[in-house]
Amino acid sequence: MTVLTLGPDKSTQVILKALALGADKAVHLKHDSFPNDPNAIAHAIADELKTVQFDVLLFGKKGVDDDNQQVGQMVAELLNVPCVTQVAKLEIFDGRAVAHREVEGGSLIVEATLPAAFTSEKDLAVPRYASLRELVAARKKPITVKEPGTARPVLETVSVQYPPPRPPGRIIGKGVEAVPVLVKLLHEEAKVI
Amino acid sequence: MTQPVLVFAESSGSQFRKSGFEAVTEGRRLADLAGAEEYAVAIGHGLEERMIELGKYGADRVFLADDPSLALFHPDYYRHILLDAVKKHAPSIILLPATSAGKDLAPRIAIHLNTGVASDCVQLSLENGDLFATRPAYAGKVLLKVRINGTPKIATLRPNAFTAKEVSPVHSPSVEPLTFEKPETRMVVKEFAALGPKKMDLTEASIIVSGGRGMGGPENYKILEELAEVVGGIVGASRASVDAGWRPHSDQVGQTGRTVSPTLYIACGISGAIQHRVGMVNSKIIVAINKDPDAPIFGFADYGIVGDVFEVVPALTRELKKFYGK
Repeated sequence: MTVLTLGPDKSTQVILKALALGADKAVHLKHDSFPNDPNAIAHAIADELKTVQFDVLLFGKKGVDDDNQQVGQMVAELLNVPCVTQVAKLEIFDGRAVAHREVEGGSLIVEATLPAAFTSEKDLAVPRYASLRELVAARKKPITVKEPGTARPVLETVSVQYPPPRPPGRIIGKGVEAVPVLVKLLHEEAKVI
Repeated sequence: MTQPVLVFAESSGSQFRKSGFEAVTEGRRLADLAGAEEYAVAIGHGLEERMIELGKYGADRVFLADDPSLALFHPDYYRHILLDAVKKHAPSIILLPATSAGKDLAPRIAIHLNTGVASDCVQLSLENGDLFATRPAYAGKVLLKVRINGTPKIATLRPNAFTAKEVSPVHSPSVEPLTFEKPETRMVVKEFAALGPKKMDLTEASIIVSGGRGMGGPENYKILEELAEVVGGIVGASRASVDAGWRPHSDQVGQTGRTVSPTLYIACGISGAIQHRVGMVNSKIIVAINKDPDAPIFGFADYGIVGDVFEVVPALTRELKKFYGK
């Protein structure tokens, strides 16, 4: 199992953690300031994987910075492999996989033949703590460092702002006595009922 | 002739999703500003009679791909149909709801068209003919204003961040069928396993009654369900309740759960930690019930009651029954 990361120098920390948790080797597409752009990132990853044979390509849920949730399926489309997103449960069999997508109101059960790509939903797997022996062994596993291709970003952030602050609220009372007051306020002041 | 605005009006079964209508309304607004037409695309099975609703929300032309194999969301089939429609009609803007299907589909279309998607937008604006999208980032701590340097501009819209509005006079376009030749695919969508009796998703709810660690256990959610029923809402949960196994993950509101923006959010026995807050802070009105007067939630709730949820919630249910004259 290979772990692939696109990022600056300090991505090595994440790679070592993954190697300690069971990855056999790593590929680090190293770039100090690669644009945080789904299209650019997807092309860089797809270019790297073009000549790689894989059965399963697994992505996380989303980047914790931009919250875009786009890269996984973009890479799959570029590589022309099936992609099931938001997978909360994944079973791999010989040459095929059964994925449970978490959707509104329940799960969509999708079968795909391998090779295929999947993006995760929370609780797909619960990470464990690596043992000391594994952490030490991780440093001996091979990490191939490469340069990603030229980035061609499509999204441009023109401004960053804090969301408008909520007007301050108030505690209107204690216990059941406050309940009629609340209902009155919800009706007359907030006008939501 | 200006290029049209194309909207994917998502459906579930034989009904359109509320978030689909929200996208049609926003599409109508942008089309009016641009002096363009709005086309709505529906994909599914059994939607024929509902297509008229898309005209009610402002679509000038409506297209339908109807086939049993489209009843459930199949990424390859849906992508194929939408890309066909895009090639034929060359829209300048494409809108989809930011539902699980919309968020899955938009990036696939974008990468094939060599353009980008602004995902989970809470606001769109047209300035000098250029589309700008406002979308939350860093788990909602900031709002980014984004421009897509590609064409068409694609945006997925956060459910409940836009309000569906009927136009007057109503449009009555005739349904234009989309022929559907199944593309090759290595995916089979086998079935939909419902979690419980068919209910609305949290992201589409107008009223949410939510329970946290203070509820103490799964059986105690009964009082929240009763309150939700009276007020016409659905029940949500904090991460504590989900991790404890009291409620399913699909009920979770927060950073690693759903982001909701209902008109009314009633938080019961929820402390209001930042990870929960980012998932519900966009609610129009927040009510908090908690026995700890120092709980962080009282710092941002519009109305707070310090008290025992097991007394206050049933009292609130009774009071609301009186209010509604039930």
